[in-house]
Amino acid sequence: MAVLHITKDTFEAEVLNSDKPVLLDFWASWCGPCRMIGPILDEIADEREDIKVCKVNVDEEPELASQYQVVSIPTLLVIENGKIVNQSLGAKPKAQILAML
Amino acid sequence: MSKVYDMIIVGGGPGGYTAALYAARAGMSVVVLEKLAAGGQMVETPQIDNYPGYIDGVDGYTLGQQMCKHAEKYGAQTRYTEVTKLSLQPEMKAAETPEGVYYGKTLVVATGANPKHLGVPGEQELLGRGVHYCASCDGMFYRGKTVVVVGGGNTAAADALLLSRVAEKVILVHRRDTLRAARVYHKPLMQAQNVEFYWNSQVQEIRSGEIVVQNVHSGQKNTIPCDGVFVGIGRQPASELVKGMLELDEGNYIVGDETTATNIPGVFAVGDVRAKALRQIVTAVSDGAVAVHYAEEYLATLTE
Ligand SMILES: Cc1cc2nc3c(=O)[nH]c(=O)nc-3n(C[C@H](O)[C@H](O)[C@H](O)COP(=O)(O)OP(=O)(O)OC[C@H]3O[C@@H](n4cnc5c(N)ncnc54)[C@H](O)[C@@H]3O)c2cc1C
Repeated sequence: MAVLHITKDTFEAEVLNSDKPVLLDFWASWCGPCRMIGPILDEIADEREDIKVCKVNVDEEPELASQYQVVSIPTLLVIENGKIVNQSLGAKPKAQILAML
Repeated sequence: MSKVYDMIIVGGGPGGYTAALYAARAGMSVVVLEKLAAGGQMVETPQIDNYPGYIDGVDGYTLGQQMCKHAEKYGAQTRYTEVTKLSLQPEMKAAETPEGVYYGKTLVVATGANPKHLGVPGEQELLGRGVHYCASCDGMFYRGKTVVVVGGGNTAAADALLLSRVAEKVILVHRRDTLRAARVYHKPLMQAQNVEFYWNSQVQEIRSGEIVVQNVHSGQKNTIPCDGVFVGIGRQPASELVKGMLELDEGNYIVGDETTATNIPGVFAVGDVRAKALRQIVTAVSDGAVAVHYAEEYLATLTE
């Protein structure tokens, strides 16, 4: 499945009420390290049917960013049943991102 | 036995991809092993103003992508994987990754450098929640707030300038009484209305909402209220992989002269990870080209 772009209107349905674990990436177009992991997240989204990969653009969705106290990007969260079960900051290799799940 | 490349390159920054370009054009089989994505440290800057040919500057991510495509156009390959272990024998070099082992007749270490940490209480605990190392990534979260920048070199000066356009107030804390940064930064920084300086000051501790600094002469401590701290005190070489194999200097940089050759035949060190006077994109790309020149010489001795 392709990466899903989330807004505050779709957040609850797609992320909080998701039946699969969600890998959620807070990013911005001007952030180099965010762009670095972009292709890695696309790959993970393609390869893993058992999870959902979602992205929040912090410029377009500042409410979501501040709700999750994001002040450093990229921030990756793993959300299961509406709760954060894992998180990491900064660009990470694919193996380390997969290990968060 | 698996494929043996003429050259394995560890790290896909400007040094690594220039070596890949030159090696591919010299007809060598070459693979770049990069743990994240092309560009290395360059991706952390949205504006590079001193890479010749780009009069209006270029953003680092784009330049990295271009360097990668340029090398791949001539046949270089890229594998996105992290090298976790190296074995460097004169007759065969091996790079271990989670996806398997790569073998090469020559190997180029182009792993670059990472930000240096202050090593003070609170730094680790507040990482990404008040302590930052990338102003161009995280600066915008401090719109209208007060931030401290630590350091006096190019990184700190560029960070302070960038942040002065976003934050309400920028306080630069430096342990000396003048900036070490290049001259182009001095005037704009001194003229910025919202930049203050704490000279001769060393950071003692970072707490949530404040930073404690101490004057190096008087010993007096000051607590400065701030919303975030950006650490720009320089870089440390990413040389852990080769510790115990390649000769390192006291700063853990790989010792290699202008030929980029190391103490192991057929192993070269390029870019920021090598002991040298100036760590910039132009010097990294220069190293990459030179390494291939000497790698070709080395390969010729193998077939003699
Ligand atoms: C914020 C900032 C601004 C800068 N601005 C400028 C500027 O304006 N002009 C200028 O000339 N220079 C600038 N520099 C410096 C310049 O970016 C560096 O000198 C240059 O990138 C060094 O290139 P390199 O190839 O040696 O290593 P790097 O760019 O550090 O690349 C090393 C690569 O190796 C990879 N790597 C490391 N270890 C492994 C491993 N075990 N397995 C696989 N891959 C690995 C890393 O992921 C990285 O991609 C700036 C640096 C920073 C941080």
